[in-house]
Amino acid sequence: MPTPLLTLDGVSKSFGAVAALQDVRLELHAGEAHALVGENGAGKSTLVKILAGVHGPDAGTISLDGRPLQLSGPADARAAGIAVIYQEPTLFPDLSVAENIFMGRQPLRSLRRVDYAAMRTRAAELFARLGVRLDPDRPARGLSIADQQLVEIAKAISLDARVLVMDEPTAALSGIEVERLFAVARSLRDAGTAVLFISHRFDEVFALCQRITIMRDGRWVSTDPAGTLTVDEVVRRMVGREVSAMYPKQDTTPGDPLLQVSGLTRHGSFTDVTFTVHAGEIVALAGLVGAGRSEVSRAIFGVDRHDAGEVLLDGVRLPNGDTAAAIRAGLALVPEDRRQQGLVMELSVERNTNLPRRWSLARAGLLFGGAERSAAATWAQRLQVKAGRLTDPVSTLSGGNQQKVVLAKWLATAPRVLIVDEPTRGIDVGTKAEVHRLLSQLAADGVAVLMVSSELPEVLGMADRVLVMHEGRLTADIPRTRADEQSVMLAATGQAAAA
Amino acid sequence: MTALDTAPAETATTGGARLARRAFAVRELGIALALVLLVVVTTVVNPRFLSAQNLKDLLLGSTILAILAVGQAVVVITRNVDLSVGSVLGLSAFATGAVFVAVPGLPIPLMLVIGAALGAVLGAVNGGLIAAARVPALVVTLGTLYVFRGLDYMWATGRQINAADMPAAFLRMGTATVLGVPVLALFAAAVLVAVGYVLRNHRSGRELYAIGSDPAAARLSGIPSGRRVFYAFVTSGALAGLAGVLHAARFGTLDANAGLGTELNVVAAVVVGGVAIFGGSGSVYGAALGAVLLTTIRAALPVLGINPFWQDAAVGALILAAIGLDRALSARVARSLRERKAHV
Repeated sequence: MPTPLLTLDGVSKSFGAVAALQDVRLELHAGEAHALVGENGAGKSTLVKILAGVHGPDAGTISLDGRPLQLSGPADARAAGIAVIYQEPTLFPDLSVAENIFMGRQPLRSLRRVDYAAMRTRAAELFARLGVRLDPDRPARGLSIADQQLVEIAKAISLDARVLVMDEPTAALSGIEVERLFAVARSLRDAGTAVLFISHRFDEVFALCQRITIMRDGRWVSTDPAGTLTVDEVVRRMVGREVSAMYPKQDTTPGDPLLQVSGLTRHGSFTDVTFTVHAGEIVALAGLVGAGRSEVSRAIFGVDRHDAGEVLLDGVRLPNGDTAAAIRAGLALVPEDRRQQGLVMELSVERNTNLPRRWSLARAGLLFGGAERSAAATWAQRLQVKAGRLTDPVSTLSGGNQQKVVLAKWLATAPRVLIVDEPTRGIDVGTKAEVHRLLSQLAADGVAVLMVSSELPEVLGMADRVLVMHEGRLTADIPRTRADEQSVMLAATGQAAAA
Repeated sequence: MTALDTAPAETATTGGARLARRAFAVRELGIALALVLLVVVTTVVNPRFLSAQNLKDLLLGSTILAILAVGQAVVVITRNVDLSVGSVLGLSAFATGAVFVAVPGLPIPLMLVIGAALGAVLGAVNGGLIAAARVPALVVTLGTLYVFRGLDYMWATGRQINAADMPAAFLRMGTATVLGVPVLALFAAAVLVAVGYVLRNHRSGRELYAIGSDPAAARLSGIPSGRRVFYAFVTSGALAGLAGVLHAARFGTLDANAGLGTELNVVAAVVVGGVAIFGGSGSVYGAALGAVLLTTIRAALPVLGINPFWQDAAVGALILAAIGLDRALSARVARSLRERKAHV
């Protein structure tokens, strides 16, 4: 084989006590598309950020054309010819789409002035190449996730990069858009670009890539030509164990309807969403990123107001946009982003655990240390939170243990309806199984669980019923017996009606 | 979703872009209209409000605030704030007097350069502290507000420099006019056009907007955020230093209290002028208009027979109205952008 274009050798990276990458290797060749697969939390995104120059590796080397490469910032990576499409779009909402694409590299005319006309034309050309007609003049604010992703893709393509890194670029795109993206990626690849493609969709991986590198728990597992692998083999290596053990779902008989959502609408986010969750039932809300799942759960919990429809908890209507009333009625929401929305990172484990029910623990409005300590200790033990001391700030815990603290915090309120948004994102495999066991136990105890999840195996393994959303609408309600990868994905990409 | 299923529309601009552009235009247009309305009403009450002399006084009065507002706008656009501008102005003004006392024959242009340079150094202290210590600008410049003022007091030690200590030509510059327009206002106009030009047409200017719009995305895009923000503070400092020299020329009498408390007036002018306090949008033209509007209000309220005790409240109400309008507008734009199809 010729010398690789880009090589990562023995790369390690830790954040505090958490080792995100350990001794990872990767070789990218010019004119080849290379897939990087692994579960959430396997370290793929950290690897991308190292390639992008956002994080420096603690150990190991990166080399380009056989020469060592020092990346001290994103500008270095860009100068070295590495373009990155991040999983989360990174746009400037106040600036126009065209400016977003060319920021820092705007075409210039005399006197080094920004040439707005040329910038607009070139942006339009890029979109034409991608086969979309986005308006280059509109501000990026208010673009749908899919359109934001398209702007990111246009930005990366405009760099004429030697290495193109795509971190789940298709998560929010529809079938036709994915096809177009692949056509562009193939033509770049054939022109000599090295493509690194990260995706959870195996059909895409096998359609685009020649070689597949598998990662697990921050470590390199294997690199093989795509032709020698099967989907089952890839999954087995990713998970490192039999999948069924991951999802200890207990069989339950659903009781009375507890959470009834009817005609719920928030303009621009979701429309006419109607469903019911019964006591003892785990209902999964599946769909692509940006389909409106998190928005629905936020509206049910009252974080956002809804424009139409209603939410009933055990037959009683919840007031619109009133989180405190929702908590009082017995609703709990474990949010998607635990660092931003789920925890107060600077506060101690015990403080975080008791936040929602601090008033019921308080006497005469004052919290005495003992009350908080013992309440927190009970929950820490039940969920097996591994923390040094309960007085340590929650930021010192690993992702999995942080998630347990968020769960403890809401379980302590003894909810009747629990909404969990991506309950196992970015936590290790062991903790994942514990979280699943916990959810299953809760359902068995009669709690109604609504689980938003992007991980198909989790959805299929845990849910009694799968609701699927596509572009803000519920497109399918599939019982456990009939739910499989295909039926859910078809509904999620909006093809269920046609099929 | 995709454009394929709709017929290709060959329109140059879409509703979304037009709407956004109109909203941006409205911001500056709205201030200009408010200004016109205020002048008309006041003139109806007292026709002398529109006399040549009074107009000249208004322009002169706006000049220094407008220059400070332009510098402040550059900083605010990057999602920062510079509270030390009043103290920088004070130091620079006193330095002007002290330099003229020491070197009576110093050419005036050189004095302007010295003042701007002094301000730039003080701005570099702000920018350096913010970049090095990673402390929010609000805290750093709150600190330097007192530090710079303290240096001013130590230097002045209760002295006062009078008009007699400064060259006559320099003092004439403070009140002279060219074709009826005060020279100081021409300075402000030149500064405004130059800074506005860079912000609109230069890559570094566009990057300031990017940094304010989303600092994390700016870092990921390889924008040298630290350096850009540093230079934004140097600019703000240099303009405050220049304003200090002009202050000396206009008022003639200098002590250590020059520009005391001006910083809040400046921030008010910037906010009233439609520069988003969280960065990323707005223009220096709006900020300058905001300065003129604030000055005009202060001049108009006594003419309108409003109790002087109410004047601060009136200015405050204006700020709240401007912010309210801003929020309402941006909420409306965001909503229609959300509902509108992005594809042409």
